[in-house]
Amino acid sequence: MATIRIPPVLRPSVGGEREISADGDNVGEILRAVAVDHPGTESQLFGADGELNRYVNVYLNDEDVRVLDGLDTTVSTADTLVILPAMAGGAR
Amino acid sequence: MSPSGAEVLRQIKDRIEEVDPGTVREQLESGALVVDVRQDDEWATGHIPGARHVPKSHLESRIEGVAPDKSQRVVLYCASGQRSAWAARTLIEDLGYKSVESMTGGFTLWKDRGYQVEVPRFMSAEQRDRYSRHLLLNEVGIEGQQKLLDAKVLLLGAGGLGSPAALYLAAAGVGTLGIVDDDTVDLSNLQRQVIHNSERVGVAKVDSAQATINALNPDVKVEKYKVRLGPDNIMDILPNYDIVVDGLDNFPTRYLLNDASVRLRIPVVSAAILGFDGQLSVFKPYEGPCYRCLFPVPPPAELAPSCGANGVLGVLPGTMGLLQATEVIKLILDVGNPLIGRLLMYDALAATVTEVKIRRDPNCTICSRDPDEISDDELGVFPDYEAFCAGAH
Repeated sequence: MATIRIPPVLRPSVGGEREISADGDNVGEILRAVAVDHPGTESQLFGADGELNRYVNVYLNDEDVRVLDGLDTTVSTADTLVILPAMAGGAR
Repeated sequence: MSPSGAEVLRQIKDRIEEVDPGTVREQLESGALVVDVRQDDEWATGHIPGARHVPKSHLESRIEGVAPDKSQRVVLYCASGQRSAWAARTLIEDLGYKSVESMTGGFTLWKDRGYQVEVPRFMSAEQRDRYSRHLLLNEVGIEGQQKLLDAKVLLLGAGGLGSPAALYLAAAGVGTLGIVDDDTVDLSNLQRQVIHNSERVGVAKVDSAQATINALNPDVKVEKYKVRLGPDNIMDILPNYDIVVDGLDNFPTRYLLNDASVRLRIPVVSAAILGFDGQLSVFKPYEGPCYRCLFPVPPPAELAPSCGANGVLGVLPGTMGLLQATEVIKLILDVGNPLIGRLLMYDALAATVTEVKIRRDPNCTICSRDPDEISDDELGVFPDYEAFCAGAH
């Protein structure tokens, strides 16, 4: 099972966990498994067309999956997926 | 009987290579390493442009800082060509350098030939004392400290990130610090906004920050902008600065800042914080991706909470703000490996740092265009970002 790092804004949807595991052979399968296990994440990860929302970046280890094979990118059990939504906050 | 100093010098000159100032001038243009071995006060009155300075008295301990590769060619000079001959012998015979030359006639002959001379800017005794720990670093030195004193850095916000960044940039001697903030100090700010204090509750943040900075370092000029950065003022403020420190708390202004900074080719050192997590990256236009390459569109409001509503560990903006200040100083000095094209994620609770690559988007709506092709009429004209990002706050 691959490790998925959950950003702060998604943690409430996964019971507060910072890292979770999910089964799947590629990025799409794993993220859909996350959405099934934690339904609160689905609309945050995927748009109505089933594609990743454009304001969410997903990295296989340190590489953006969009420059790999997108949701079809193969993932091994030793890999880590990093979910990174845009974040603001600081000045005030 | 021991030989006289003059006799020893003559023997040394027989053993080392000497080079004419005219040749050195040509070699400088092709990037040769030229080292001035005179004393500090001699260097201060003028030197060969592009030369590095390693006083002969510190030659053994400092030469490797400017010439780490002992097979590289090094040209030494002093006032007349004598001390540099001694120094050349030291480099070759004691330190194992392979290709060292001493410039005949030294700086005196260089000047007599009418070649160009660079006079370093004056640094007062107090400044030499204040910045002495910088001056000891090869990566900074007098030249680097002067770059810091000449630098103009704009801080967007004197809040959680801006407070520590401003304090350390001021301490480092960054000569001009612009601060944009329309807010006043609130008691709830003081858990993390360390540039302010309890007596300043209710005072404008720009005024409070200026008072702290002035007390810390009188070398620093503070430019205050008691406004909220927006489409109506960004093109008036940004062009006056070399680097922007972004600690913005909302997406519309982040996109506005990105587009303006790309058009003006001004690097932005950007950080964001939430809870126990921080993000950091350097967006240097046309050398790396811009913010829109990373996030082409902002998230909906429910995925974009501000830290005011969610809480933030007080030390976290300190950590991230100081990483921002570090990147700013690296950019000013042009040293090290800046965080361009990389995003650093710091998880304070786990005590882990994760780094991911950010690629330039060849189809980016902003940085795929050449800013020089944008007419003057277009500069300063932005779409209504508040409407564009409606919902995000």
